[in-house]
Amino acid sequence: MTKRQITVSVDKLRRRRPAESAPPRRLPADERSCPRCQSHWRAEEMRRNLRVCATCGHHFAVSARERVGQLAEGGPWVELWPELRASDPLQFVDLQPYPDRVEKAERGGSDEALICAELEIRGHRCVAAVMDFSFLGGSMGAVVGEKIARAAERCVDKGLPLVVITASGGARMQEGVLALMQMAKTVVAFEALHDAELPTIVLLAHPTTGGVWASFASLGDVTYAEPGALIAFSGPRVIEQTTRETLPDDFGRAETQLAKGQIDAVVDRRDLTTRIARVLAILDRPTGLDPPPAVTWAQHRAEKAAEVAKHLPDLSRRLVAKAKPRRPEDADEEDVE
Amino acid sequence: MSVAARRGGRFVRRLAHRLTGQPETSAAIWETIGLARHQDRPYPLDYIGRLWPEFEELHGDRLYGDDPAIVAGIGRGVGGPVAVIGHQKGRDTAERTYRNFGMPGPEGYRKGMRVMALAEKLDLPLITLIDTPGAFPGSGAEERGQGGAIARSMQTTLRLRVPVIAVVIGEGSSGGALALGVADRVMMLENSTYSVISPEGGAAILWRDAGKARDAAAAFQPTAANCYRWGIADAVVPEPPGGAHRDHDEAARLLGGYITRALRDLRAQPPAERRRLRRERYRRIGAYREVAAGDPAAIAAGRLDATTNGSPGTP
Repeated sequence: MTKRQITVSVDKLRRRRPAESAPPRRLPADERSCPRCQSHWRAEEMRRNLRVCATCGHHFAVSARERVGQLAEGGPWVELWPELRASDPLQFVDLQPYPDRVEKAERGGSDEALICAELEIRGHRCVAAVMDFSFLGGSMGAVVGEKIARAAERCVDKGLPLVVITASGGARMQEGVLALMQMAKTVVAFEALHDAELPTIVLLAHPTTGGVWASFASLGDVTYAEPGALIAFSGPRVIEQTTRETLPDDFGRAETQLAKGQIDAVVDRRDLTTRIARVLAILDRPTGLDPPPAVTWAQHRAEKAAEVAKHLPDLSRRLVAKAKPRRPEDADEEDVE
Repeated sequence: MSVAARRGGRFVRRLAHRLTGQPETSAAIWETIGLARHQDRPYPLDYIGRLWPEFEELHGDRLYGDDPAIVAGIGRGVGGPVAVIGHQKGRDTAERTYRNFGMPGPEGYRKGMRVMALAEKLDLPLITLIDTPGAFPGSGAEERGQGGAIARSMQTTLRLRVPVIAVVIGEGSSGGALALGVADRVMMLENSTYSVISPEGGAAILWRDAGKARDAAAAFQPTAANCYRWGIADAVVPEPPGGAHRDHDEAARLLGGYITRALRDLRAQPPAERRRLRRERYRRIGAYREVAAGDPAAIAAGRLDATTNGSPGTP
């Protein structure tokens, strides 16, 4: 993995051949050549490297389903509530009608900006909510809000931890003020997890901005970010336009946010499952709904004591009756004291 | 209509018509936005002076600084002793600069959270007055955790046991407004607006042209009447004829009546129940479709069958 790869441009040559029409599974060239070091990868290599450039460590975007697959490491997982789809409450039209945008985005392979799944990460069962930036900029509309709420409720029902991966430009403007309210809805969802004392792990992927960063993405118990991810409430363009500031290149990047104390760690995607599994292992309980071992132990002792206490009055009476003819040595001892 | 009719009073019939009549034209929406931003429109301190004559303003977030874009404090007047938090814009250039045009940074929200904690401790109902173009976009605000401050402000209001009333008095745009907008009762003044983003911001992003603000406003339909229809606002508070800027005293009087009434209703609820209902209120918001699991169109598109059974690895 850490070995330096030799870049061979076979792919490029092959693609130029006119006979080869684009195979359906194939990614566009820009998703396979690294923008930082120009290394070029075959689709299979990219997939195996978790879409991280093996030469320079650049993190490419990952679709939500592929992410869940990465978390499950080839294990089985079940998608939750895939039937939820966006509706158009405002009959919103900007440069094109909102339903057309949704339909076009659905053709891209995902059906919403967030998918939920139940899976095991290294043997730790959990619910995952993963955002997909390729679907309308990962924007948060009613479906994203509803899925986060349901995911939290499922965690509470089953006593499971929640793992969230965010990648979003913010609230979905085409759903107007209803999209804004989803921020509050997701905070309500995280409050349910707070009350149920269940852990939340949040990974901020590139980019996490706007209403998503200003709601549930900020509320993880443990907050990681991917290297180079932009994390901000207002994006750099908006800030430069509004305040005429010139921002440094590292503005809002994961590493900057770590230095400014806004996140817990910058985690390489190749270490992510290990790190999440470690947190889950630290917090592991026999089953989510069971009280921790210390409590079980204490409760067991208490029940036993209660059982004993039931028989105590006549038992002690009997003991007292037996103890009545005291031996002289005992009396001596008492006198000494 | 029910809310307006229940209130009674001089301006209610006109308001009822506005709430039940035809959707507003884009010209009417743009006019409302102008009124919501009118420079003579009463700001929180104008309402506070009239509704809570005894008012002690509190300053500073005890962490970094004091943000003049948020005013917060405790007062006595309408509803008895209360805690008040609001976005404060400025009326002239000097004050506007000082108040940062009503755009708070994280210090402002943290000052708000401090006062929320105080309200909880002293059992004071919390009233928030919303009037902001949005949270301040600046590198300093980002470094000090603008996003987290907004999220935690909402979280703090959701944890309060005291009654919370939010009133949109001018423009309520983006998360900067919602940070103070999570409440048991959300009211909007007749000519106020509530939107996911300011029309200019929306135009710059969706139309790629900030000059298309009118189009954006027409698309967002951010008026009080619409928010009432969508269930975002529980009540629309009438304003004096021509708008609140024409008569601050009358505007404050009308708002005071609504606050008194809402507080009376809320005080009748047990605190834990009130908090549960507050959460329930936001849990319900949102419109979406449900495609049947066996929807032939979805399956034909290859989206459902591959995922519902759980596919190992990548699809």
